[in-house]
Amino acid sequence: MTPGHLTEPLGVRAAIIGVALAFLAIFLVLPLVVVFYEGLKKGWDLYLAALRDPDAWSAIRLTLLMAAVAIPVNVIFGIAAAWAITKFEFRGKQLLISLIDLPFSVSPVVAGLVFVLLFGAQGWFHPVLDALGIKIVYAVPGLILATLFVTFPFVARELIPLMAAQGNEEELAAVTLGANGWHLFWRVTLPNIRWGLFYGVILCSARAMGEFGAVSVVSGHIRGETNTVPLQVEILYNEYAYQAAFALASVLAIVALISLVLKALVESMSQRSQGAPEEIGPLIDESSYRGVASG
Amino acid sequence: MMTDRLLMSAAVGPAAAQLYQAEPRRALPGFGLSLGFTLSYLGLLVLLPLSTLFFKSAGLGLDAFWDVVTSPRVVASYRLSFGAALLAATVNLVFGLLVAWALVRYTFPGKKVVDALVDLPFALPTAVAGIALTALYANNGWIGRLFEPFGIKLAYTPAGVVIALIFIGLPFVVRTVQPVLEDLERELEEASASLGASRWQTFRLVIFPSVLPALLTGYALAFARAVGEYGSVVFIAGNMPMVSEITPLLIISRLEQYDYAGAAAIAVVMLLASLLMLLVINGLQFWQANRFRSEQ
Repeated sequence: MTPGHLTEPLGVRAAIIGVALAFLAIFLVLPLVVVFYEGLKKGWDLYLAALRDPDAWSAIRLTLLMAAVAIPVNVIFGIAAAWAITKFEFRGKQLLISLIDLPFSVSPVVAGLVFVLLFGAQGWFHPVLDALGIKIVYAVPGLILATLFVTFPFVARELIPLMAAQGNEEELAAVTLGANGWHLFWRVTLPNIRWGLFYGVILCSARAMGEFGAVSVVSGHIRGETNTVPLQVEILYNEYAYQAAFALASVLAIVALISLVLKALVESMSQRSQGAPEEIGPLIDESSYRGVASG
Repeated sequence: MMTDRLLMSAAVGPAAAQLYQAEPRRALPGFGLSLGFTLSYLGLLVLLPLSTLFFKSAGLGLDAFWDVVTSPRVVASYRLSFGAALLAATVNLVFGLLVAWALVRYTFPGKKVVDALVDLPFALPTAVAGIALTALYANNGWIGRLFEPFGIKLAYTPAGVVIALIFIGLPFVVRTVQPVLEDLERELEEASASLGASRWQTFRLVIFPSVLPALLTGYALAFARAVGEYGSVVFIAGNMPMVSEITPLLIISRLEQYDYAGAAAIAVVMLLASLLMLLVINGLQFWQANRFRSEQ
C-alpha cells in the first residue's frame, strides 16, 4: 500500500480513475461495441449471410495472403537488419536506423502512390511490364508491395533494442567454441529473441491485414480480385449495405481483439523468461507503437 | 578465418594486430550478408519508390509545382489536416497523461483489461474504426443523437475529423509516458514530501518535469500519425471541398483524375512534413535519453 504522503487524496484518486475510464469507454469501448451491434442488428442469419458472400470470402483469402507474405519477408529482413545493426559497428548506423523508421511516418496514401508512380500507366517501369504482360498496379502484386512498405519497420524495430540490450557475449562465446553461423543463429540468437520476434510478427500481421490507405490506392477495387477485407468493408458501406459492412468489419475487430490478447500474453511470457526485464530496459520500445494500424 | 587473422597479425607485426583490435566486433559472422540484404531491401522497397515523388513532381517545373501545392483547396486541406491533428494530439496529451497515471499509480478492478485495451487503435483496422465512429457520431447515432437537439453536428464536419484523430492517437501518449512513470524513483517524491511540499507541488515540480520529454514525444508521435491518417477519417469527414477535406484525400482525387504529377507534388509536401516531424521526434527522444543519463 502506498503511504498517504506519496499518493493523492481519495477524492482526487477516484476522480482521475473516473475521468480516465470514462474517456476510454467513450473513445475505445463504444466504437468496438457499435461494430458488433450494427453487424448483428438484423439477426444472425443476415450476419452469417454477409460472411458467406463469395466476394467476402475472396476478400478474406486475399487479406490472409497479405499476412502470409508480409510475415516471412519482414522476419527475414528484421533479423538481418537487427543482426547488422546490433552485432557490428559501421558508419552511418544511426541514419540507417532512422531510415528503417521512415515508413512509419509516411502517410499510407503516399505509400500507395509511390507504387502507382513506379508501375502505373505513366510509371517508369510500365513499358517493360506492359511488354511482358505483367500487371502490378490494380493487381495483387501491387497490394503486396504496398503492404510490405507499410509493415517494413515492425519486426526490425522490435529486435533492434532487444538485441542491443542482450549484447554479443553469448554469440562470441559460441564462435570461440567453434559454432558456425547457422548453429550460432538457431541455437544461441533465436532462443534469446523469440518473444520479441513473436511480438513483431503480431504487430506486423495486424497491420498487414488491416491496412487501408496504401492498399486502397493500388487496388483498383476490382470485386472478388483486388479487394482486401478493409476495402470490401468500404465498398459495402458506400453502397449503404451497412449491416453487411459491419458484419465483415466485426471479423476484423475479432482479429484485432485476438492480437491484443496475444500481445498481452507475449508481454507476460517475455517478462517471465527474462526474470528482471527492467535490467535490460523495456522489451517493447515505444517507437514500435508508431502507426501500427494506419491506413 | 579467425585463426588466419591471428596468424597474419603475428606475422605482420604490431600494426596489423592493432588494426584487428580496432574491429573486434567483426568476430561474428554475417556482416556483409546481413548489411547487404538490409540496404538492398531498404533501397528497393522504400527509398527508390519514395524518390519517384521528387522526380515526378519535378516534371511540373517550379512554378506549376508551387501553383499546385498552394492552390486554395489544397491550402484549406493543410489547415484541416494539421489543425485537427494538433487539436486531437492536445486532447490526447491531457487524457493520455491521466490514463497513464491511473494505470501506473492506482489499482482498480479490470486494470489489466483496460491496459490491454489502450492498444486497440493500433490493432483495429482504420476502416473499421472509421465506419464505427461515423455510426456513433451521426445524427441518429448513440452519441450524435445527444448533440442533435442542440443543433450540433459532429459527423461530416471538421469536428468529426478531430474525433477520428483522437481515437487514432490515443495510445501514443499513454504508451510513451507509462514506462517513464513506472521508472520514476519514489525516493524523489519521498524527499519532496519530507521537505514539506504538498502533493500538488511534488507533482508540479518533481514528477511533471521528469515525464515532460516523454509527454512531448507522445504528443509529437500522435500528431505525426494524425497528419497522414486516411482510413478512419474519410468516412466521418464528409469530405466537403474547402471544409472537411484532408490532404491525403486530395492526393487520391488527383490520382483519380490521372493528374499523377499533381498528386506527387502534394505528396512531396506531406513527405517533407513527415521528415520534419521525424527530426523533431528524434530530437525529443535524444533529450529524454540524455536526461536519464544525467540523472544516473
